[in-house]
Amino acid sequence: MASSSLTWRRQTIAAVRLLLVFTVLLGVAYPAAVWAVGRVGFHDQATGSLVRHDGRVVGSSLLGQQFTGPTWFHGRASASSYAGDTSGGTNLPESDPQLWKAATAMRKAAGSIGNRLPPDALTTSASGLDPDISPAYAALQAPQVAAARHLPVATVRHLVAQHTTGRTLGYLGEPRVDVLELNVALRALSETPQH
Amino acid sequence: MGDTTAGLLTILTLVVVLALVHVPLGDYIAHTFTSERDLRAERLIYRLCGVSPRSQQRWTTYAVSLIAFSGVGVVVLFALCVLQPHLPLARGASMDVSTSFNTAISFVTNTNWQSSAGEAGASPVVQTLGLTIQNFVSAAVGLAVVVAVIRGLTRSESGTVGNFWVDLVRGTIRILLPLAVIGAIVLLAGGVIQDVAAPHVIQTLDGGRQTVQSGLVASQEAIKQVGTNGGGYFNANSAHPFENPNPFTNVVQILLMLVIPFSLPRAYGRLVGDRRQGYAVLGFMGVLWAAGIAVITWAEHASATNALGAMEGKEVRFGVWGSTIFAGSTTSTSTGAVNSLHESYSPLGGGGALTNMALGEISPGGVGSGLYGALIVAILAVFIAGLMVGRTPELLGKTIGRKEITYAALYTVVTPALVLVGTGAALALRTARSGLLASGPHGLTEMLYAYTSAANNNGSAFAGLTADQPYLNTTLAVAMAVGRFVPIIFVLALAGSFAAQRKRPHTDGTMPTHTPLFTGLMVGVALLVTGLTFLPALALGPLAEALS
Repeated sequence: MASSSLTWRRQTIAAVRLLLVFTVLLGVAYPAAVWAVGRVGFHDQATGSLVRHDGRVVGSSLLGQQFTGPTWFHGRASASSYAGDTSGGTNLPESDPQLWKAATAMRKAAGSIGNRLPPDALTTSASGLDPDISPAYAALQAPQVAAARHLPVATVRHLVAQHTTGRTLGYLGEPRVDVLELNVALRALSETPQH
Repeated sequence: MGDTTAGLLTILTLVVVLALVHVPLGDYIAHTFTSERDLRAERLIYRLCGVSPRSQQRWTTYAVSLIAFSGVGVVVLFALCVLQPHLPLARGASMDVSTSFNTAISFVTNTNWQSSAGEAGASPVVQTLGLTIQNFVSAAVGLAVVVAVIRGLTRSESGTVGNFWVDLVRGTIRILLPLAVIGAIVLLAGGVIQDVAAPHVIQTLDGGRQTVQSGLVASQEAIKQVGTNGGGYFNANSAHPFENPNPFTNVVQILLMLVIPFSLPRAYGRLVGDRRQGYAVLGFMGVLWAAGIAVITWAEHASATNALGAMEGKEVRFGVWGSTIFAGSTTSTSTGAVNSLHESYSPLGGGGALTNMALGEISPGGVGSGLYGALIVAILAVFIAGLMVGRTPELLGKTIGRKEITYAALYTVVTPALVLVGTGAALALRTARSGLLASGPHGLTEMLYAYTSAANNNGSAFAGLTADQPYLNTTLAVAMAVGRFVPIIFVLALAGSFAAQRKRPHTDGTMPTHTPLFTGLMVGVALLVTGLTFLPALALGPLAEALS
């Protein structure tokens, strides 16, 4: 039918034009406007909540990092070793023995505190970039870190308390400790030479 | 404060905010689609596109416009994905042909299934000029369809159901864009990034190296949630700290995906001139939404008693409650964004998320699609009730005759057929099976989840499945396209048929469709239909796993 093919053609032309208009409005103007708001009002957040130490950017307070050795607080295990360009987790269900094998290995690696590790220390996160650990896991690590850095345990515990965030508004989310921020403070405090 | 109290208060917060917001927003949505006036910007758009805003379309023309617009969207997005290495800011991002096809269908159908990893697959040009626009307009298409259906119910002896272009433009400019701007600014203030710099490599505190990502994330994040899209900027989606940095942004994201679907019943009530009709549908959606969250949360807590504490695949800042409320909401709204890995959930927790989608995305469902799905359930409910008591079934003065119930029945069988046939065929094929991460019942659930997610246009995944292979890319894309547009055509045909009917006067013999009893009937019908179609598959997957 000629009239029906005419309908299709006219509607398709309108569709192409509208998509072009929307490309300008929604694909360019909208993100640019939000970007401008961020630039003016929320520069720190918009650029990734970067953390500086000695004037150098050492990371983002939102992104976990890999820490090794006894002188640092450790974050959670990461399926992507905290690589910033391949976020993701293991996708393993608890019925998979690999998960339990990994948990056993984590206990062993943690040494004397291995048997008391809380769930967040035995599992990997969804993003592979989880910046936080539970206050319980931080408390468990404090004596070891203090010993390795030759600091009084009380000082390190105090530092952990300072970097513990409660639930937002008292009930949203979970209490947590940002590992990078804690370690930056630890380094600033400590006179122990770094490895 | 204990975990349970905090979790329940979080749900209460969502309920209170939605209760406050759905009234003005619902009224505003109703006004948007009935107003006689065009904004100046809209008049300009109509002129640029050669559309006459006062002309009315029959349902067939309305459907042609919709398919033409979506088809053009697929072609353009496919071209952008394939050609991205030759476009500016490619930064090594690329997709092969089957992945590009899958991505184009996925974002145009409001599914936002992501076969390619966000960071590596899509360049900033594709993200912004391709995906962000479809995030808006695919949601606006859903709104347009439901408005056409409501017009069908309210018009009497009319040949037309509205003008697709006007509905599309108004839905985008007056509803989605303002909500997205507000959402983006709130998320930005909460810590979501919005940056145009290139990703930079930094030296970490411990002397290692880490790539710190960049991108126009806040703007995409807001419309990803408001439009019930769900396609993340990064691979980890809303679990990525740059997309969803803290418990505050988490609650905002949950609210954003629920706000339009839960406001639409109010708009429906206003448009049909009886607010109680809207509240009956709202009750239906609310009960199923709450039940889904209850099941998933209960299942995760029940499994949290061991040493792993149900924390595998979850983020510390959200914990179990912040993850399960998100999971229940994302699977019941057809959003499909994830802030935790559904595949790592306990069998019944993951099964709950799967069942939420299998219900057909009606609790409260996607933008627009949730309400038209719920109205199909209402039609089935009045039909079944009518058969039981021997009355002519009718909804709002429109008779559910042979033609109408045929459309409703066909609408209902499309997605289950796609899911069950698709899953069965994939499991029978070695190439498709090779994508599975797990074996046994969990492997079956992985595949079932993929086709359920695709056909219902949800987009979340049991992400262990390596779906980025030609067979799965292609068949899942077909499931997404058929699962989106075939039901839309049936529901528009229904709208046309209703509009043509004379509106029957309300009599003492009319079955009321605004009562709690009717809400209960709708819940029963939805559960019955889902149970009859999906119970065997669910028994082989999540139920078998839970019992082993």
